[in-house]
Amino acid sequence: MTMMSPMQTNPTTAAATATGTADPMAIRAASFDGFYGSFQALKGISLDIPRNQVTAFIGPSGCGKSTFLRWMNRMNDTIAGARASGTLTLDGEDILARSVDVVDLRRRVGMVFQRPNPFPKSIFDNVAFGPRLHWRHSRADLEDLVEQSLRSAALWNEVKDRLHASALGLSGGQQQRLCIARAIAGGPEVLLMDEPCSALDPKSTASVEELIRELRTAYTIVIVTHNMQQASRISDRTAFFFEGSLIEAGQTETLFTNPKSKQTEDYVTGRFG
Amino acid sequence: MTDVPHVPVARRLLANRMFLATCVVCTGLAVCVLAVLIVSIVMDGVHRLSPDFIANFASRKPDQAGIRAPLVGSIWVCTICALTALPVGVGTAIYLEEFAKRGRLTEFIRINISNLSGVPSIVYGIIGLTAFSRFFGWRAGAEPIELGSPDSLLYLRLPFGSSVLAGGLTLALVVLPIVIVASQEAIRAVPNSLRQGALALGSTRWQMVSRLTLPASLPMVMTGAILAMSRAIGEAAPILVLGAPLMVLETPANLMSEFTVLPMQIFNWAGRAKASFQEIAAAAIIVQLAVLMSFNALAILVRQRLQTPLQ
Repeated sequence: MTMMSPMQTNPTTAAATATGTADPMAIRAASFDGFYGSFQALKGISLDIPRNQVTAFIGPSGCGKSTFLRWMNRMNDTIAGARASGTLTLDGEDILARSVDVVDLRRRVGMVFQRPNPFPKSIFDNVAFGPRLHWRHSRADLEDLVEQSLRSAALWNEVKDRLHASALGLSGGQQQRLCIARAIAGGPEVLLMDEPCSALDPKSTASVEELIRELRTAYTIVIVTHNMQQASRISDRTAFFFEGSLIEAGQTETLFTNPKSKQTEDYVTGRFG
Repeated sequence: MTDVPHVPVARRLLANRMFLATCVVCTGLAVCVLAVLIVSIVMDGVHRLSPDFIANFASRKPDQAGIRAPLVGSIWVCTICALTALPVGVGTAIYLEEFAKRGRLTEFIRINISNLSGVPSIVYGIIGLTAFSRFFGWRAGAEPIELGSPDSLLYLRLPFGSSVLAGGLTLALVVLPIVIVASQEAIRAVPNSLRQGALALGSTRWQMVSRLTLPASLPMVMTGAILAMSRAIGEAAPILVLGAPLMVLETPANLMSEFTVLPMQIFNWAGRAKASFQEIAAAAIIVQLAVLMSFNALAILVRQRLQTPLQ
């Protein structure tokens, strides 16, 4: 495990937990700084992620958007020298606190990666991986859960006859939807997606995008994308990052049609980046 | 571009053919040497192979001599070696690859484990003699402490002396670096994206290892383990140092029994002047090769078994 810098504890934690889901914001960040060793990758980010909406992070490569995403489920713990300070909360609970059970945090905050990464196991065992980590379901319950998750990921009809075949035999787009099914099988509240379509062909991209739009009713979704058309198609809110800073965040339509900042305008109109 | 001189096509094709020819010659040489070795051994020894040769104990008369004690001794020693070296070796590899913090100390340990696999096995024999046979001189000269009855399977004697247990543990030292390095490579071959995937689902490190990296790397780990066992079964030097007797007229009854192994018996017979001893040495080599090949066949079988469920 990596060292964590002394974190500021959030005095409102207890109160916010009590109000629970009443908060329209699932994740709140305030004056959040992220570092890799001595390099500051994120500078004073203050951003709220609304519940049951799709929030897109856009910005040029190296702007810190993926780093920020990976702090939300503490995946950066696996990188030596990564540390953060400031406030980052999920449902009012401090994500950065040393006392946080990252195992439970990651169950609540699922993640889908850039390249589909199905395990070398059957389709069924891939989806059942998360639930089996956390609960002792009966076989019948587990089968139901796997079916529901595959249905939610719009993959059930394609794989229902070969649940016990290797997941590695699926096409790229199917593999990515399998990874989404795997991520939601553990029952998360938030889904983090790190450029989930960048390794897919246009047709698979369309099916994953459609899926993301459907999933927002049940999950809070944060998606990192390089594709501005994709951000405008699927997200409710967009945040523009540049060189580690959050330049602008707001309703997607507003940000794309009437940006407040010149930098945002230049980026979304394709003048740089 | 037209003024840049061409590399003539004919010359490139010639180089290509010459390289191919070199490779064919090298492969041919290796195969020839091996074939000559096997053919000469089989010619020398095959007529000596018989059920009696397997079933008989060693004897001063080559016609009555057999390999019962060394064959059974080899099986005992290798079993002990496998039971100790595999868990310790695979465990070490898992720790170094999946748990240890990357730092100067782990890097130092890693490099030294690789270096250890190059240490001559006779050195391990000396370590085994000191550590397992003599317990570093503990109670030197005094009677060993006995636990249990000498007739029972669970009989123990401290220090271990030149017993099968001391032999097996010494061979475990010899193969440990091989097992560790092979297992590390197997574990490292599992893509990092899969580890990230498992952690992102809320796995603990141990859940990630036990449910993902270990099953995924098991075929390669097993291959490395069986190769290590092939090495163990072929070792004579460390066993020689332990002071295993040259003439053993019984098979081990428990961990404290005297023993000898096939390579020791081969070494012993091959060194004698009489031609008939050379012949039974060759016959013993044939048996040794057969055991080795069945080990390798087992490795392939295990690997295929482990891989089938996903196809």
